[in-house]
Amino acid sequence: MSSKKKIAWTAAAVVIAGAIAACTYAWQPAIAPLAQAPAASDDRALLAMGARLAELGDCMHCHTGKSGKPYAGGAPLATPFGTIYATNITPDVETGIGGWTLEAFARALRKGVSRDGHLLYPAFPYPHFTRMSDEDIAALYAYLMARTPVHAPAVPNELVFPLNFRPLVAGWNLLFLDEGPLPPPAQQQSDAWLRGRYLAEGPGHCASCHTPMNALGAEKRGEPYAGGLIDGWDVPPLNALNQARKPWTVDQLSAYLRTGVASEHSAASGPMRPVAHHLGNAPESDVRAIATYLLSLSPAAPAQPAAPASAPAADTQILKPGKALFDASCAGCHAAAAPMRTLGERPALELGSTLNTDSPRNAIQMVLNGNPWAGSSAAHYMPPFGSVLTDRQIVDVLAYARAAYAQRPAWNDLPAAVAAIRKENSK
Amino acid sequence: MNRHRDTAPAAEAVDHGRRRFLATGSLTVSFALVPGAAALAQRQTEDAAPTAAAGAARLPGNLSSTPLLDSWIRIDADGAITVYTGKAELGTGIRTAFIQIAAEELQVAPAAISLVTADTGLTPNEGYTAGSHSTADSGTAILNAAAQVRELLLASAAQKLGLEAGALEIRDGGVIAAPDGRTLDFGQAVEGLDLHRNAQPASRLVDPRRHKVIGTPMPRVDIPAKVAGGASYVQDMRLPGMLHARAVRAPSYGARLVSVDAASVEKLPGVVKVVRDGSYLAVAAEDEWQAIRAMRALTASAVWEETAVLPTPDTIYDTLLKLPAREIHVGERHGPADPAARTLHARFTKPYLAHGSIGPSCAVAHMEEGKLTVWTHAQGVFPLRGGLAEMLGMKPADIRCIHVPGAGCYGHNAADDVAADAALIARAVPGRPVRVQWMREQEHNCEPYGPAMITDVKASLDASGRVVDWQYEIWSNSHNQRIDNAGRLMPSNYLSTPFTPAPPKPIPMPEGGGDRNSLPLYNFANFNVQHHFLPDMPIRVSAHRGLGAFMNVFSIESFMDELAEAAGADPVEFRLRHLDDPRARDVIELTAKEFGWDPRRRRAPNRGVGFSFAQYKNLMSYMAIAVELEVVPETGDVHIERVVASVDTGQIVNPDGVRNQIEGGIIQSASWALYEQVRYDETRIRTYDWSTYPIMRFSDVPLKIDVHLIDRPGAPFLGAGEAAQGPTPAAIGNAIADATGRRLRDLPLAPRLRESYEA
Amino acid sequence: MVTLTVNGVKHDLDIDPSMPLLYALRNHLQLNGAKYGCGLGQCGACTVIIDGKPVFSCLTPVSSVGSRPVRTVEGLGTPQQPSPLQQAFIDKQAAQCGYCIAGMIMRAQALLDERPGATEAEIREHMQPNLCRCGTHMRIVSAIVAASQALPKRQADNDAPALAGASRQENQA
Repeated sequence: MSSKKKIAWTAAAVVIAGAIAACTYAWQPAIAPLAQAPAASDDRALLAMGARLAELGDCMHCHTGKSGKPYAGGAPLATPFGTIYATNITPDVETGIGGWTLEAFARALRKGVSRDGHLLYPAFPYPHFTRMSDEDIAALYAYLMARTPVHAPAVPNELVFPLNFRPLVAGWNLLFLDEGPLPPPAQQQSDAWLRGRYLAEGPGHCASCHTPMNALGAEKRGEPYAGGLIDGWDVPPLNALNQARKPWTVDQLSAYLRTGVASEHSAASGPMRPVAHHLGNAPESDVRAIATYLLSLSPAAPAQPAAPASAPAADTQILKPGKALFDASCAGCHAAAAPMRTLGERPALELGSTLNTDSPRNAIQMVLNGNPWAGSSAAHYMPPFGSVLTDRQIVDVLAYARAAYAQRPAWNDLPAAVAAIRKENSK
Repeated sequence: MNRHRDTAPAAEAVDHGRRRFLATGSLTVSFALVPGAAALAQRQTEDAAPTAAAGAARLPGNLSSTPLLDSWIRIDADGAITVYTGKAELGTGIRTAFIQIAAEELQVAPAAISLVTADTGLTPNEGYTAGSHSTADSGTAILNAAAQVRELLLASAAQKLGLEAGALEIRDGGVIAAPDGRTLDFGQAVEGLDLHRNAQPASRLVDPRRHKVIGTPMPRVDIPAKVAGGASYVQDMRLPGMLHARAVRAPSYGARLVSVDAASVEKLPGVVKVVRDGSYLAVAAEDEWQAIRAMRALTASAVWEETAVLPTPDTIYDTLLKLPAREIHVGERHGPADPAARTLHARFTKPYLAHGSIGPSCAVAHMEEGKLTVWTHAQGVFPLRGGLAEMLGMKPADIRCIHVPGAGCYGHNAADDVAADAALIARAVPGRPVRVQWMREQEHNCEPYGPAMITDVKASLDASGRVVDWQYEIWSNSHNQRIDNAGRLMPSNYLSTPFTPAPPKPIPMPEGGGDRNSLPLYNFANFNVQHHFLPDMPIRVSAHRGLGAFMNVFSIESFMDELAEAAGADPVEFRLRHLDDPRARDVIELTAKEFGWDPRRRRAPNRGVGFSFAQYKNLMSYMAIAVELEVVPETGDVHIERVVASVDTGQIVNPDGVRNQIEGGIIQSASWALYEQVRYDETRIRTYDWSTYPIMRFSDVPLKIDVHLIDRPGAPFLGAGEAAQGPTPAAIGNAIADATGRRLRDLPLAPRLRESYEA
Repeated sequence: MVTLTVNGVKHDLDIDPSMPLLYALRNHLQLNGAKYGCGLGQCGACTVIIDGKPVFSCLTPVSSVGSRPVRTVEGLGTPQQPSPLQQAFIDKQAAQCGYCIAGMIMRAQALLDERPGATEAEIREHMQPNLCRCGTHMRIVSAIVAASQALPKRQADNDAPALAGASRQENQA
């Protein structure tokens, strides 16, 4: 379906749902603002808990814009319905949440309602934050109120009509918001699993990216963790972690989430990179719990035995140009005996999902963009090749890499995919 | 005509007569010419310049070890002027500075000077270009030699013209002019004048108030070529028939090469030779890319037996503290003082630091008919020659080492090692020059690092807030594993008949190694400084710019702030309270004034200011620095907003050159202090690229740096190359403490800056 | 046979197509500007301009260049007749060891070609891929700012070659 048609159907569905909900849900009462922000708490344990939740929730990533001032908002979030700009959640009274009581804050997290009663767009994943406990919400509130206030007015959203009519969100909430804590699990589970589920479904909001979206921008109910598409990157499914070249383990997944690298898989790139950065600031036990829970989403037995990693064998005539390109541009880091592998102990190309999945999208994005530096700090850096290689050359080098490392059927739509993704990126 | 040479690829043939005198003649001759002069005690410095020739001890600078004037200055029959220095241009601008010095004293235009730098075939042996000694020792020698040559030229010209020397003057263009209009150029004046004579202890120097060249910001002579692709570096050398080579390095210290498929690599296109000698492995090819591919192929098939046991990184400091130590009592003072009212104690730690040269080390070597020429950016061509001679079983006289600039080295990096590689490979392919380029991972992984260190300081304040007692201890490996023998050249350790490095020797004070700058300059009534010198080196270490000064000044100046706070005093005033040296006070007061240091300032959230001061080695340049920065608590990011520094380097030769060095030193040592640490585990060094050893990038460079210079015309040159690396990190640490209320004592600082509420 | 157009001159080189451009420039065209710093695309000492964009020549296979024009620092000017940007580096004495400088100049040149009058903040952000160890950053920025301010501002965007890609950062190569 063309995107124009999709938007038209979306608009129609939302209008109908919105009309139903309009009278009862669309207009919520305002909660009176505070005259000044509450004094920063001196309860270090409370602040530590709040800081921890903010890292687990990756709040800083969305709520920090180009100015770099944490939580001051302004970062754009591209959605199929237009661009939404994250708000200022520093305790600035005029432009942030400094005038919000705890009650207002909790209502926003649980119901998606702003202090003054307007409805928040579910780009802010309150359908997940609604799972959080009162204690955790209070801790997060205390932490945010202890930030440095930043005066930064909100950037107006750029949404397609009629979606910029907020009361329509009431209809969306009727359909898709399941308020309150998670129901108890069907069967007995370990403490780590329970903690992991709470964190992943709640503040971690993993499914927001890792579940496909329906036409109304909500997670598809029947396909939890079946993967998605965010910012031009394929988001891998989390319900098939045992189908990796080497099945994921708690140790590997924890390492990936905390350090951004798993030695038997690959490095977090694209939109996942900041998530791993922030999870690295959370306690290891929390991250292991998340890993424990996520691994349980895959069926017990592996669907296929892991293919053994082997040396590149492809040197047929067709793949020769790709091999020449690989030798010049890639082998310095990615060859088995390269220092990145032997000294850096970074994962082998054949193990990661990038070359092994059916879609070449992420491989193309990696080659075009690399993995950028993060200021002057350590990073799993990869240089970008978008300006170095032409589309034809990217096709050649990826065809070679796919044949040599993944030992899977060739991607048969590479030329079109490379051209399309380069065009997407330039918008 | 521009006579500057930016590189000196064997342009001058070796003058064997000259070399003989340089090596052996000077002692005999000088004794005869300078009777009665007492021999000085042996001077040991980091740059290991040869000791004073007997009877020549009182000569200025390195004239004391190379007293013959024509070792330094040559005037040809056509008037061409060549100045020789045993120091090397490492990128600090001394080539230009020395041209300025010589031009000033010879009273000619700088363009008339050709400067030849470190070359065992041509120049004095001035040991290593290190320790900020260049201008102080070589510059001083050139200053005096040039002045004396000038006077000799004038005397010679006067004699030819039948006049008094005082009646002559030197005009622009090196023309000696008489009042009646007759002129002689230098070529004519030097005829019959034998410059092969010892320098005198005193020189008639140009009055500093009349300096025309010294003290001016003369543009560096080497920069135009460097911005336009001129051949400027040893990496740019192209000799006829030159081969390209790469070494294959062991994955960890002392690994043994069990097997490798050399045969198939020898059949690769362009490969000329695979060199294997025990665990030493290298390959030479016609083309550079062929050499790299061959290296990769050898690396892939090489099987190593690894035995290295490295310390556990998390407990490295405990490990170092438990190593056997040779006790060195650095210094003490005892004096009357009021009773101690408060005692503070702190311990500081520093990790291993890499040099991080942007251009990995490179050398070119050519073995021809039993004679070896090596073009190298090593800091000491004479010690290198000695090491190569021992390694190859050759006579030093059959080896010539010529310095050609490389990238900045910042101390003892892999420059000597790669020269050894080049020599070994050149020996295997005699007749063909060989260029060896270390790869980035080899430079990062195999070079010697600045040692990890621990310092411990305990001090007491009396009731009035004066420091009455100061106890300071340092634990450190050697900061000087330079080329005392062949074994110090790492490739030689892997030969089938390996060479063993000479045991480590501490550098004595007043220069010092790990204890450099450990004696407080402050007028504490009582102090005691102890250096626990650790001979066992679990990780390869050697000199890293500033040596112990970086860590010692960081510790001292951080602790001074802690003491100031305990005394309820302003950090600047607290330092002045304990300093008598007027030059020290001058830089402190100037910095405070230019920075706008306000003792009563209000502390803004997340922002802080910090101050620091040091005199390098308590002997050389003075510098005070103030820093204003912001710390973002949620991320730990540091934004250095502005830096103000004041420097006193004695008589300034090139003010812009000094500024460049100080700005650079501030940024470089800020990067060391904030971000840097070598990564390793118990089996291998894990630092191999910039992602595993990040350094400061443009995103984190300070927004503004202002350097103020205090010139002392006529005073001795003090050197600028390492003046900033001591005080900068403490200023940053002090500013961080001001911004966050947290005192950080463990380097690097940035990873510890993210706010934590954990108990 | 690989054909490269470097600084306006076409060269036919009998070289391995997998050779990175850096080595073709240095060893087969005797150009010294682009330098080996890491071979990993991390330091920028090898930076040249291909078709208007700054790239790491150490990771650019010669077989990938095609007819796209390659510019190196030698193509901007000579020591005797430096270009305005090179002259700015000389005026500011923006070099210590100088090893990183040719790469800095080419990366800066690509920015100034695209955005004359670029601000200091834009310049600092643009230069991020390039490393300097001597700490010459202040002078490098100052030289580029000086050159930037001396350039006439372009009227329209259509006659300026655009850097492909959404943001400059994504396409820094």
